[in-house]
Amino acid sequence: MALSATDQHVSAAPGQVSRNAAGSTFAEVDDSHRIVPSIEFRDVVLAFDDRVILNKLSFKVLKGETKIILGGSGGGKSTIIKLVLGLLKPDDGRVLVDGEDITDYSEAQMVAVRKKIGMVFQEGALFDSLSVYDNVAYRLHEQKLPEDQVEPEVRRMLRFVNLEDAIDKMPAELSGGMRRRVGIARALIGDPKIVLFDEPTAGLDPPTARTICELAMKLRDLEDVSSIFVTHEMNNLDYLCSEYAVVNEEGQVVFEREGERLCLTNSKVMMMKEGKIIFSGTDETLRKAEDPYIQKFLRGH
Amino acid sequence: MNFVTRSIFELQETTVMTARAVTGVFKGPRYFAETIAQMDAIGVGSLTIIMLTGFFTGGVLTIQTFPTLAFWGQQGQTGRLVAVSLVRELGPVLTALMVAGRVGSAIAAELGSMTVSQQIDAMRALGTDPIRKLVAPRMLALLITLPLLTVVADVVGIGGGGFAATSLYGLSFNEFLTSVRDGITTDDILGGVLKPTCFAVIIGAVACYKGLNTEGGTVGVGRSTTRAVVTASIVVIVADFFLARALQYILGMPAQ
Repeated sequence: MALSATDQHVSAAPGQVSRNAAGSTFAEVDDSHRIVPSIEFRDVVLAFDDRVILNKLSFKVLKGETKIILGGSGGGKSTIIKLVLGLLKPDDGRVLVDGEDITDYSEAQMVAVRKKIGMVFQEGALFDSLSVYDNVAYRLHEQKLPEDQVEPEVRRMLRFVNLEDAIDKMPAELSGGMRRRVGIARALIGDPKIVLFDEPTAGLDPPTARTICELAMKLRDLEDVSSIFVTHEMNNLDYLCSEYAVVNEEGQVVFEREGERLCLTNSKVMMMKEGKIIFSGTDETLRKAEDPYIQKFLRGH
Repeated sequence: MNFVTRSIFELQETTVMTARAVTGVFKGPRYFAETIAQMDAIGVGSLTIIMLTGFFTGGVLTIQTFPTLAFWGQQGQTGRLVAVSLVRELGPVLTALMVAGRVGSAIAAELGSMTVSQQIDAMRALGTDPIRKLVAPRMLALLITLPLLTVVADVVGIGGGGFAATSLYGLSFNEFLTSVRDGITTDDILGGVLKPTCFAVIIGAVACYKGLNTEGGTVGVGRSTTRAVVTASIVVIVADFFLARALQYILGMPAQ
């Protein structure tokens, strides 16, 4: 089946093609290490006082996969991300990152795990007292890397999010969308193989939200990054589940729509309600689901 | 949680945080630049208000005590009374209260804002322990600067007392200073420095704990700031009572 590439969209932000994209081979597919999920939840339970936030939650995020978590506010979506980072501990169940059980890890042990993970916060969560450069370089500065190694890396990441011009600005001088993109650049420094997005497009205008989704697609398709993308915006779902990033003959990153019958995007959808998974699968099956809550969520009424 | 349970829980959490901050000072990574910046903000930044407070407190002590001493013919002891009151009690307590108001509120507000805007979570996500990065430098800076500020307040306060005694009551400055020298002992000075050391831990621990446990957005930041100042001030005053009694035993100060 030929790919229908009629709805091709050229990226506004010329991204850098990684070694992963250039050197992708079938050997990668056969790699037994890839069978181990990047993130796995096993019967995770979490409650705050009498309020159950997550109720026996189990799911996996495979290598290179984007797991889109949908659900209404207060449904426990962001809590999942905090559990992966070890910012919260479950009351019961196990949390595994790259096959490593981190459930009982101390704060000191989590430092090594967190190095593998990039996190994009809802409002960017940039450090107000630091410039864009220092925000993005934060992780490298903490590792005491020399400045001549830090600067090229920071510039590479800011180029990836198309914000190299803002390198000397302070967070207060940036718009909401720019703050999120700096947040993405900061999360990606050190090339983490897992990236967590906590409602990164909330409150943004549609073109900026589209740009954020394109960055997530580039990470998925060109950098082989596994990610959790928490959102409640349906346009995010459309972009992430029906488009994929490729590099065209001119070396530019372009976004193409998947075909009618051929699914090329490595995104899975999970919908949550009151701490439980009420749907898990592809966007096509989600749209066909008969659950009234899902239908109401999809239609908005 | 009722008030008692919550208070015990907060005391436990504050103690654990303080213990981790102390460990953070001795184990790497150390944040020297951050500590120096905090010492500048806390120490140098508070110098003016501490000097003003000290000067006028010393002055008012003279105004309030000179007439009574003169009634008994002991006006020559004004310097002793002012110095002992300042060094033992008023210097440490007033300095701690001023710092609790100025610095405690600033720490709680800064950390509270960072908490509600997820900057603390971001810091942890980026592999940094906020206790070591934020709490330890602030507590260390307070530990170093508060005793120094207290000494400054004591000296300026004695100067203020001397100024009032000479300009308002015609007492010779030499007579005032002689009675100051006769009145203060090494134990007074030692006690006057030990107290602010304890107060520094109290102010730092309370302000950092309240800031890091802020909930409820910007309203929560305001609430945390108020609570930090009120709690730190009350604990300082209560601790002062027990410290005063403890120092009487430890340093052999006159208890009766």
